[in-house]
Amino acid sequence: MNKKDIIICRCEDVTLQQIHDLLDQGYQSFEDLKRLLRVGMGPCQANTCGHLIQKEISQYFNLKIEDVPIHKVRPMTMGVLLKMIAEDQKNEK
Amino acid sequence: MKSNILIIGAGISGVSIAYNLAKKGVKDIHVIDRGYFTNGATGRCGAGVRQQWATESNCILAKMSIDFFEHAKEILEYDGDLEFKQEGYLILATTKEEHEQFAKNVLLQNKLGIPSKQLTKEQALKIVPHLNPDAFMSATFCQTDGHLNPFKMTEAYYLAAKKLGVHFSFYEEVLNIKTENKKIVEVITNKQTYQVSKVVNAAGGYAKEIGDMVGIDIPVYSENHEILATEPIEKIQGPMVMSFSKNIYCQQVPHGAFLMGRGNPNALKNHDVESSWQFLDDMAKTVVDIMPLIGNLRVIRQWGGSYNMSLDRQPIISDTDQLEGFYMACGFSGHGFMFAPMTGLLLSEIILKEETTVDMTSLSMNRFNNEDIKSIEKSVV
Repeated sequence: MNKKDIIICRCEDVTLQQIHDLLDQGYQSFEDLKRLLRVGMGPCQANTCGHLIQKEISQYFNLKIEDVPIHKVRPMTMGVLLKMIAEDQKNEK
Repeated sequence: MKSNILIIGAGISGVSIAYNLAKKGVKDIHVIDRGYFTNGATGRCGAGVRQQWATESNCILAKMSIDFFEHAKEILEYDGDLEFKQEGYLILATTKEEHEQFAKNVLLQNKLGIPSKQLTKEQALKIVPHLNPDAFMSATFCQTDGHLNPFKMTEAYYLAAKKLGVHFSFYEEVLNIKTENKKIVEVITNKQTYQVSKVVNAAGGYAKEIGDMVGIDIPVYSENHEILATEPIEKIQGPMVMSFSKNIYCQQVPHGAFLMGRGNPNALKNHDVESSWQFLDDMAKTVVDIMPLIGNLRVIRQWGGSYNMSLDRQPIISDTDQLEGFYMACGFSGHGFMFAPMTGLLLSEIILKEETTVDMTSLSMNRFNNEDIKSIEKSVV
């Protein structure tokens, strides 16, 4: 299958080709790819692409998968409405 | 390894300095960075570029930088999209004092060629209809302010500098800098040793630590400023909406997400860049007060980044008489991204002993020798 047709990040429609292009340019980590391609910045927060990209990086650099760091996990775990956060704190003591 | 100039930090300031020096023909420039691409303040910033400042030097740096951003894609021959949009900054005045201060700011800005203007509440509501009319008194607006993608802008400088022969190394951290008779001799990193006589400190949040390595006490400190991003939606807001008194900046980026941040008055002076629930609570309350409609968006991610604060909230772009060959671009107080074109130009002029494009008195290290600092920038979130 053509690498241009393989979607790695479903939130931002990033293909395997785009991932490999940046690795070819010398970028090394998920954090690099995230900042240039927006992988892991969408609503799923890398729950889909995180492990796929970890595997790609391990194969590309011939590293053991456990030696490839996963992305930095940031809050929130899931999307929460701003108005819920604003309103619900009124009831807190 | 022999090097002509070693630049510490590959954030927006470091890559801009490297590009400007290389363009003037300097060879053997090395740029090193302790982490991944844009791991520091540049990659954590709010992606805003504005000219509405309260001090003359900040206004000039911002205006001339915007002039560069307007042509950056062509000048740097960048294939990607810098996502530069000039849909303005709308800055809200919520008190009489703020309204009066903004009148003075606009006079200063106009004098320096910045096309800002003061707006009534009704005029502001025409530009951003979902503003809560009860949350502010008046506003100022400057159409040519706006948004720029920090990752892409840094990459554009980085690729242009690389093309001119600049060497870059990531995941390389300075461990020690050796000096002899007030001159730099060697820089030792976790990877190698550079024989180099000129060093540029563009280390962002860690600028003070680099100064400490050579015994120069740079009057800056770092503090965490937090920010969040929502899910992307169709375009509903053109300008960045900002309020100093309510402590908020909030814009919709071209991608569709809203970015918003605020400062923490109780932030500690350290290198913390983590996220807190207190920020999330305060941020949500503030944005729902000013723009209730935004409350309907989901937060999907929050993060933090270092502001490298100087005493007067203006950058230090300077050499020092304490150590030959040591140059600084730090203390940007949260605004290094939007000043970067001028940072690179001015520091390259200082290093090459050229006449500087603007007067450097208010940006030099020596300004802190005076007991009282003349002008302190108040327009900071």
